[in-house]
Amino acid sequence: MRSFSYGRADSVQSAVKDIAGNQAAPDAANATVKLVAGGTNLLDLMKADVMRPVRLVDITRLPLKTIEETAEGGLRLGALMTNADTAYDERVQARYPMLSKAILAGASAQLRNMATNGGNLLQRTRCYYFYDTATPCNKREPGSGCGALHGVNRIHAILGVSEHCIAVHPSDMAVALAALDATVRVTGPGGERAIPIGEFHRLPGDTPHIDTTLRADEIITGIELPAQGFAAHSTYLKARDRASYAFALISAAVALELDGGTIREARLALGGVAHKPWRDRAAEAALAGQPATRDSFRAMADAVLRDAKGYEHNSFKIDLARSVILRAFEEAAGLEPS
Amino acid sequence: MPDTITDRVPHAPDTLAITLTVNGVERTLNLAPWTTLLDTLRLHLDLTGTKKGCDHGQCGACTVLVDGKRINSCLSLAVMQEGKEITTVEGLARGEQLHPMQEAFIEHDAFQCGYCTPGQICSAVGLLSEGKAKSADDVRELMSGNICRCGAYPNIVAAIEQVLGGDRR
Repeated sequence: MRSFSYGRADSVQSAVKDIAGNQAAPDAANATVKLVAGGTNLLDLMKADVMRPVRLVDITRLPLKTIEETAEGGLRLGALMTNADTAYDERVQARYPMLSKAILAGASAQLRNMATNGGNLLQRTRCYYFYDTATPCNKREPGSGCGALHGVNRIHAILGVSEHCIAVHPSDMAVALAALDATVRVTGPGGERAIPIGEFHRLPGDTPHIDTTLRADEIITGIELPAQGFAAHSTYLKARDRASYAFALISAAVALELDGGTIREARLALGGVAHKPWRDRAAEAALAGQPATRDSFRAMADAVLRDAKGYEHNSFKIDLARSVILRAFEEAAGLEPS
Repeated sequence: MPDTITDRVPHAPDTLAITLTVNGVERTLNLAPWTTLLDTLRLHLDLTGTKKGCDHGQCGACTVLVDGKRINSCLSLAVMQEGKEITTVEGLARGEQLHPMQEAFIEHDAFQCGYCTPGQICSAVGLLSEGKAKSADDVRELMSGNICRCGAYPNIVAAIEQVLGGDRR
């Protein structure tokens, strides 16, 4: 690891002051003064020499470790609450079971005890080329090229790609948050603002080194969940190379609001397919009013995947995504798996 | 302290004085901020029970308990653990009395080469206090952060199940 200096923030305001000098960086991932909490991804990337901050500001002592009710009937998850404490919280389990399930599908028990909710959103892709400083990567070294495009791309994206980057976002939690329409609360020098989760992560385009819309001089303080948690008919399903402790090849957070056998509202967020959790609101809207049957869900999967494109090693993901979507909707609707 | 790396290597100019509580003993060290908790235990405190496997949070060999919760010590900076109670495999026994998890690992021959064992045992002790594992499947899922290259998994699960089913401490 390269050398760096270390300091501690004793309030959100002092943390914002500590990172004020980052303002020229295009987003938080590119900041030279980095906030650190769980450290599970940042320190690993520093060991790999992929991230080279000159200073770390330890924010683990800030009072952002609680879950609170919001005026709108939802929950506000503290940014520094651990993933484990969040997933096992009784309110989260009862009202947002797919979020709890998604968090517990990610990482290991040790990592979930360290990793925080804010940090989970900011974790970076596990693309092999991003991690390997001996290879080109437009995310790590803008303009150097993409090693994955014509390299080993089995784990890579099938939707929303650009010729500059085909990396996928690794988070499970963020996929469930996308399906729930959560909001990320952040504080910067100008005060607080709210970023809808769908606008928090971004597609690579021609600037794949920019992961999020979180500015380099802002800190995440919490994540707000709306009142609607789809507790009765929702699930998180993750397909991966081993039974546990592996990143998703394909994952799906699905939620249904049913009126008898008719779909009133449907949500689907996919993980492992793109540079951000993938939603297709037109395909979701087309499910409204349809019967909650396999045929409806198959049609929905076809619509979501109509523009999916495979590369040399990951074309299997398109069929796998179709199966995962169908199975997840069957589970959420209470149908027997086909 | 005997001859440790702290005595042998000249201090970088920007070391920090850090006080850690490890296995109930308070220790003050001068450490560079980038020193991980794992390296601190092994190189500065001579507590070599905690193992370095992958050093990337993928194998679990470095698992220790911080305030009773299991974490990967390779992915944590020592300076961030000031004021916390750190327990390593050396701190589990009470004098000559092994922790029930240590006894169960011996009874079930839950290791071959033994390199992953301190991490497996610390992780299993953390698992017990979390109270979420109710079945062998739960144990397998919640112990997935600890890799055993010798493949002693069936015996590891059996050892943990025995302690889960018996007296917890």
